Amino acid sequence: MSFEWLHPLLIATALVLAVIGAVRRVNLWRAGKPDRINLIAGLMAMPGRYLHDLHDIVERDKYMSKTHAATGGGFVLSALLIILVHLLGFDNQILAWALLAALALMFVGALFVFKRRLHPPSRISKGPWMRLPKSLLAFAGAFFVLTLPAAGVLPDGSGGVLLTVILTALIIWGMGELFFGMTWGGPMKHAFAGALHLAFHRRQERFGGGRSTGLKPVDLTLAKEIGGVLGVAKPTDFKWNQLLGFDACVQCGKCEAMCPAFAAGQPLNPKKLIQDMVVGLAGGTDANYAGSPYPGKEVGNAKGGPDHIITDGLIDPETLWSCTTCRACVEECPMMIEHVDAIVDMRRYLTMERGKTPNKGAEVLDNIIATDNPNGYAPASRTNWAADQNLPLMRDVKQAEVLFWVSDGAFDMRSQRILRAFVKLLKAANVDFAVLGDEELDSGDVARRLGDDATFQSLAKRNLEVLSQYTFSKIVTTDPHAYHCLRNEYSDFGSDALDGVEVLHHTTFLNQLVQLGRLKLNNFSGAKVTYHDPCYLGRYNGEYEAPRELLRSMGIEIAEMERSGFRSRCCGGGGGAPITDIPGERRIADMRMEDASSTGAELVAVGCQQCTAMLEGVVEPRPEVKDIAEILMDQLVDPSAENSRQDRLAEEVH
Amino acid sequence: MQPNQFNVDAANKLKIVSLVSVGKHPQSGRMRRADQDSRAVELGLKLTGDNHSGESLVVLHAGDPGEPNLRSYAGMGLKSVRVLQLDPAADAILPLGQHLQQCGADIVLTGVRAESGESSGMVPYQLAEKLGWPIVPRVADIVSVKGGVAEVLQALPRGQRRSVMVKLPFIASVDSAAPEARQSAFGPASRALMDIEVVSASVDDVRQAWEEAAARKRPKRLKVVKAKTAAERFKAATAKSQGDGGKVMKNESAAEQAQAIFDLLKEEGVLR
Ligand code: SF4
Ligand code: SF4
Repeated sequence: MSFEWLHPLLIATALVLAVIGAVRRVNLWRAGKPDRINLIAGLMAMPGRYLHDLHDIVERDKYMSKTHAATGGGFVLSALLIILVHLLGFDNQILAWALLAALALMFVGALFVFKRRLHPPSRISKGPWMRLPKSLLAFAGAFFVLTLPAAGVLPDGSGGVLLTVILTALIIWGMGELFFGMTWGGPMKHAFAGALHLAFHRRQERFGGGRSTGLKPVDLTLAKEIGGVLGVAKPTDFKWNQLLGFDACVQCGKCEAMCPAFAAGQPLNPKKLIQDMVVGLAGGTDANYAGSPYPGKEVGNAKGGPDHIITDGLIDPETLWSCTTCRACVEECPMMIEHVDAIVDMRRYLTMERGKTPNKGAEVLDNIIATDNPNGYAPASRTNWAADQNLPLMRDVKQAEVLFWVSDGAFDMRSQRILRAFVKLLKAANVDFAVLGDEELDSGDVARRLGDDATFQSLAKRNLEVLSQYTFSKIVTTDPHAYHCLRNEYSDFGSDALDGVEVLHHTTFLNQLVQLGRLKLNNFSGAKVTYHDPCYLGRYNGEYEAPRELLRSMGIEIAEMERSGFRSRCCGGGGGAPITDIPGERRIADMRMEDASSTGAELVAVGCQQCTAMLEGVVEPRPEVKDIAEILMDQLVDPSAENSRQDRLAEEVH
Repeated sequence: MQPNQFNVDAANKLKIVSLVSVGKHPQSGRMRRADQDSRAVELGLKLTGDNHSGESLVVLHAGDPGEPNLRSYAGMGLKSVRVLQLDPAADAILPLGQHLQQCGADIVLTGVRAESGESSGMVPYQLAEKLGWPIVPRVADIVSVKGGVAEVLQALPRGQRRSVMVKLPFIASVDSAAPEARQSAFGPASRALMDIEVVSASVDDVRQAWEEAAARKRPKRLKVVKAKTAAERFKAATAKSQGDGGKVMKNESAAEQAQAIFDLLKEEGVLR
């Protein structure tokens, strides 16, 4: 082969350019706000995180996980060996053979990538991504041939000028994509940014099977500062590792495929949102974006830059307000990107700096501020629902085994039926419990998801203040949203009120009671039943089993929906979405009800008053909707069966 | 919150003052941004074309500058709130009047009545008397200001509007029919400047002797609902009661109109 000197030079050039690109990219991320991360520990942990945490997610798609392991693994190995063999000129047959093997592995992987790209699903991006498998093949193929002499398969200097020219062209193409493109914004950027994102992820607790779903509190002292900004106005207001995270996106569209708002035709697509963040952090327009748009919005009109206000030209606020914070995207993302954090960060700016919470948002927030409940009811009427229930008040008893957190369901007639059912079960199991009564306030969930972290923090602190006066070992609530706040978000406010306290959802607690034999149940003899996982119980808190076990304990065989468990589809009720009410083509609740109907179920069991409200809002005919507490109550083997009839009569008269 | 057509250029040179008080939420009794006062600020913002740099729209309060709820007005996007600091027991009319005169206000907007304190609704009238300006009560909107004359829409019952022309300067009390106030944002609210001026005022002696008590609603007889199904109960609970209607009599003779009023008063038990 001629031009022996040429290829090392090309490799060196590509690598130098890659390093320059890397430095530039790192500087783009460093424009973000500081975040305290142990860099060394993160880097050390990174390979393990790749092999376990990331791979566990990719593994859900067996085809892709094998393909990626072959291509990615082959590439990393090849790149290292190429440097040794071709750049540094180690003349060692073993190394050369190893390189050949690595390249072959990569080539085979690339073939499968190629095959998948023949009929790409709509969720994945096209454009430069369609070129990627060919670039991979060019890289692996060309270096394979180039390595043959070193391995002793071909004599040195074989092949004519033509072959050299072709090989050189392929190598330039391959290295352009894989070395240069990696740090200069090509599709391979995902490998570079993705690896570092694993190392410096903002939620380090997520790795090793952990769960980290509570939103991070806003530093409210910024509100007093002239020039301070609450939430995220510009890309540089994100933490630097959030920016890094956006850059890690592979545009696989797994998030898009799961997003209920996207499916409903609302102007939100989590993949596009992350790509717009990339446009923001690097500056430019979205004209090169080659994936699905936000439904109903054309691609190409968005402009942004690191110091431009995001909602002035890059992202329509409607996009941000369409999100139900269901976390389906986060759960699905192989790059472990945190869409919900980003969306709420930007909502915080809109609400706390611009006063632009859409539709009923402002009114609901005003009500929460003035009355501690979203509908503006008199705070003193919070316990009216239980006038006939004779509930022990913490104020009187000071301590109890269980604190029953009633939540704002107290003000809603439908939710009150769930609360009554739960109280009945507690009494039947002789649980020592008490409620806070009028001392309980809204948990702050809605305020926080609507971006009003000031109000959330005020509520959290005041609730903690009340809680700290009493002694109890468990808090149990029928509301997964309050459950999430109490369990995952109240710990940021320096109170010891919940130290050593177990926070439980009512299905978990009831399941314990049933397992202990403290609740006796008749077998359920009704029709087919399916179960809807509330987002804030399942994805936010990992509780998929207790509700199912409860249903099974009544002899119910659950007809599972196609999307259940961690892939459950949102009912549309989270994140304040019913309040901001961004129009789409369909309603999320209708789609979820279709999921339920298609199992043939006549009863949908749920574990959340918000889900109940959303699903019951679907026009009939449709399956009945009941909270698990209500189903249990009906199956309760009650020694005082007469009482229950009277209870029900009383309800009728009510 | 679609701002109506309004000639902003003309208004930019106007000096608008919105008077605000500390409100009280009807359900919780908690201090808040008063509803009508915040509508007065909203109208002021509209009139000044959202040019709320503190130049053309002044938001003015007489009382305690430390009151945190004053900031919720600033959260509507104001850089500052001007506060005439005085003894809480003092009568604010005199210093307010003086201040308005001095600052050369063209239009003064207030709520119809305060949500706390005396809540007599007299402030705009007393100020008007003091300043010798006209007062337009219960306005829903100010449509235009041309050549020193403003076209003002007054809110009448049942959604009716009456257009009146009034010469500047004047005082208008803003009705609950005026456009709703924009959201108050926490950041700007916290950052706003309290532009304080200490004033002295005479103590309202008469009021000192008063005793305050929460108002009690007159008890109403419950309607007995004889509904059997949930659907019927729902209907009964949500249906508008029949007797709520009223009528507008425009073309009838004065005698007929008087008779109608007389009949109504009798029916309501005001006249016996
Ligand atoms: S954000 Fe995650 S799931 Fe969505 S396209 Fe990017 S990598 Fe895929
Ligand atoms: S949280 Fe849910 S609604 Fe929001 S972007 Fe993700 S998938 Fe879509």
